[in-house]
Amino acid sequence: MMLLNVDPSLIDWSRAQFALTAMYHWIFVPITLGILFIIAIMESIYVKTGDPEWKRITKFWMKLFGINFAIGVATGIILEFEFGTNWSNYSWFVGDIFGAPLAIEGIMAFFMESTFIAIMFFGWNKVGKKFHLASTWLTAIGANLSALWILVANGWMQFPAGMEFNPLTARNEMVNFWDVFLSPVAINKFVHTISSGYIVASLFVVGVSSWFLLRKRETLLAKRSIVIAAVFGLVASASILFTGHGSAVQVAQKQPMKLAAMEGLYKGGERAEFIGIGALTRDKKVNDGKDAFAFKFAFDGMLSYLIAFDKNHYVPGIEDLVNGVPERGILSAQERIDRGKLAINSLRNYKQALKNGDAELAAAELKVFEENYQHFGYGYLEKPEDIVPHVPLVFYSFHTMIFLGGLFILMFAAFLWFTMRNKIETLRWRKPLFWLGVLGIPLGFIASEAGWIVVEVGRQPWVVQDLMPVSAAVTRISSASVQITFWVFAVIFTALLIAEVSIMTRQIKIGPKKGE
Amino acid sequence: MITSISFLALQQYWWLLVSVLGAILVFLMFVQGGQTFIFSMGKTELERSLLVNTLGRKWEFTFTTLVTFGGAFFASFPLFYSTSFGGAYWVWTLALLAFVVQAVAYEFRSKPSNVLGKKTFEVMLFLNGLLGTVLIGTAVGTFYNGANFSHDFLNHVDWHHPARGLEAVLNLHNVLLGLTVFLLSRVLGLLYFLNTIDHETIVQRSKKCLLYNAIPFVVAFLSFTIWLMLKPGFAVNPDTAQVYMQDYKYLINLIEMPVVLVMFLLGVVGVLFGIIRTLWPGKTYDKGIWFSGIGTFLTVLSLFLIAGYNNTAFYPSLVDINQSLTITNASSSMYTLKAMSVVSLLIPFVLAYIVVAWRSINKKKIDKSEIEDSTEHNY
Repeated sequence: MMLLNVDPSLIDWSRAQFALTAMYHWIFVPITLGILFIIAIMESIYVKTGDPEWKRITKFWMKLFGINFAIGVATGIILEFEFGTNWSNYSWFVGDIFGAPLAIEGIMAFFMESTFIAIMFFGWNKVGKKFHLASTWLTAIGANLSALWILVANGWMQFPAGMEFNPLTARNEMVNFWDVFLSPVAINKFVHTISSGYIVASLFVVGVSSWFLLRKRETLLAKRSIVIAAVFGLVASASILFTGHGSAVQVAQKQPMKLAAMEGLYKGGERAEFIGIGALTRDKKVNDGKDAFAFKFAFDGMLSYLIAFDKNHYVPGIEDLVNGVPERGILSAQERIDRGKLAINSLRNYKQALKNGDAELAAAELKVFEENYQHFGYGYLEKPEDIVPHVPLVFYSFHTMIFLGGLFILMFAAFLWFTMRNKIETLRWRKPLFWLGVLGIPLGFIASEAGWIVVEVGRQPWVVQDLMPVSAAVTRISSASVQITFWVFAVIFTALLIAEVSIMTRQIKIGPKKGE
Repeated sequence: MITSISFLALQQYWWLLVSVLGAILVFLMFVQGGQTFIFSMGKTELERSLLVNTLGRKWEFTFTTLVTFGGAFFASFPLFYSTSFGGAYWVWTLALLAFVVQAVAYEFRSKPSNVLGKKTFEVMLFLNGLLGTVLIGTAVGTFYNGANFSHDFLNHVDWHHPARGLEAVLNLHNVLLGLTVFLLSRVLGLLYFLNTIDHETIVQRSKKCLLYNAIPFVVAFLSFTIWLMLKPGFAVNPDTAQVYMQDYKYLINLIEMPVVLVMFLLGVVGVLFGIIRTLWPGKTYDKGIWFSGIGTFLTVLSLFLIAGYNNTAFYPSLVDINQSLTITNASSSMYTLKAMSVVSLLIPFVLAYIVVAWRSINKKKIDKSEIEDSTEHNY
């Protein structure tokens, strides 16, 4: 069939390019989201107390933020346009829904952020204290609003809602804005993601402050910063626990394959277990009868309980979703592929019949199409196993994220406790604690990137769940072109990252300005 | 109120908004134009720092406008977004790369331990100024001259030229627009320097450079415009939606839309007045940017409007003329356009706070003492 005539290496390179850009972008965005609020809180204290030390603290973190911000912007613009350049068919298929949040983001959020950031950086000696403070808060709000709209769009891709497919234009059209905006997937995703940003930013502040304490420099700045960041990090951790659970419930309902991959659950059932620690069998394949785990420490019934508050809740496994479970109403992947092909063919015939002026045939084809549209994306797949994502990548990423998330809560609590009790500089094992604080910075990035791997690799092969796989979404271009741009981006982003880290560490070593 | 508006009116409204964003973008490209003077006008460290810092306070506006222009185009005319960005892959990718390096260049340029060295970041700023303007200008030229795409029954795009968009440079008319945008951005950059920098040598150099850049700009602009007025255009029959070639289409559009014609003429006069008034001998005139800036806005806006309004195909297909994109066949659904129209009511507020922010930062011209003040956030 013509539609399947896509070079597999084109898909891989296009995905690699998007993943590269997204993962680089996500190194810088979480810090931006969180540190702006931390800075705004610090500046609020300065304005309230008039204590110049607080101004110095604010300006120090603001300087580090600026270094981080520029490169976040640089990678962000590429992401926006890659929807068009590399996923042009996707852009059309969902443009009527996806474009709106993006435009709103531009009008509402980006301008707010970029206008007030100019005052935040350049306005210290030009505008009043309160105007400046308001600008800092507005920059923080603007940055977070930017995240809102793009995550609403991403949420829609995980769980398409509020739309109808228009066969004439061959795209999904929005019929209810609020269903798109207030989709439970989108809301959970937004809060969960910005909370993760707040945690990464808090870890960054705690980590840099720990370094100062190790060097016995700027101890007042370090301790004050730790208190604010640790409180902020703890609040964000509470939010991330709550929305993390909410997200898992949503995944269980809307993307059961992703949930199964997250838990390495090949054979589902009632009393599904939650894996505490485990190692997957290396060459496990769907339906090969092998045990999925080489080793595991699991909690019986806990997965069922977590997603439905019922230990006996049925959770389908990877093989159940591939093979189908008729008594549970789960169609086999093959059945869905067949019905998807029917949908694609009837859409083509429908449009041909319209062209030929055959209204009767058109109506008949349209009926077939509508009956099968919910399987539309499956029509692009070749075999049932295509619906299975890369299980080890999703499984290990998910468990790494959870483990680190727990560790961060303990870290924030310990730092806060000992700083508030004024013992942080005299603790016997303060050095390991400070080193753990420094280590928290890369660990935060690992946890946060792992979260995105779970979301995005876990939903493969889908760009839009059940409706459009990556093979149908990709721009039809030579794979060589995408390979070239992949490497160009890889070199540029890496060079810029190296420069960024070098500048950042140097600025930290220089420290805040004296006597400002 | 919005519920009673027709689909066509919404499509026209969004074409207007996209055009307004495009027009603001070209005006704000004074940042790019200014960057191309970084070596020729910045002879000393201090001079370069003054240039970089006065532009550095504004680069985000240009950047954000570009991003919003893209987002608004995606949202209101998604078929253009999917067709042009996916199809003309190389043009857009190269243009974007030019913007990637810009964002970091300002922040990293003068920071210690920046690995790549000050010079590298200055070269990045120069390249952004050169490629960003020329490529985007040339790409927009295809609005009047067409591009090599077709669609299948799912409206998925196929591009019929191996250069994936770069073939636009084979058309001299496209290139003329690219050159015009580049030279205009340089003229505006110089006018902006005169408006914001308090430094005798830079002021004198800017005035001198202005003459040398304004002349080729006027030549390029007039060549592009006269050619545009005399060439056939891609007209749409509103009843059958068939696209056909019509002689003098863009000239006819101007004449049939007198408001646009007036805007266009006012715009051209504004640009020229800003330049001539600044070049006039005597005391240095530093408000030229506002006349030329508003003039740029009006001129670009009218050029966008004659590309999409009055039954014109704004993105013609050279492969199959009837697959050309028009504001009716490329737009989002009525529901989406309505929902976004509600959001667009925020635009006046956005403009208002941008004006407040701009004025509060530019109250005083930038000078040596500010660059050397360590409490300032300088690039």
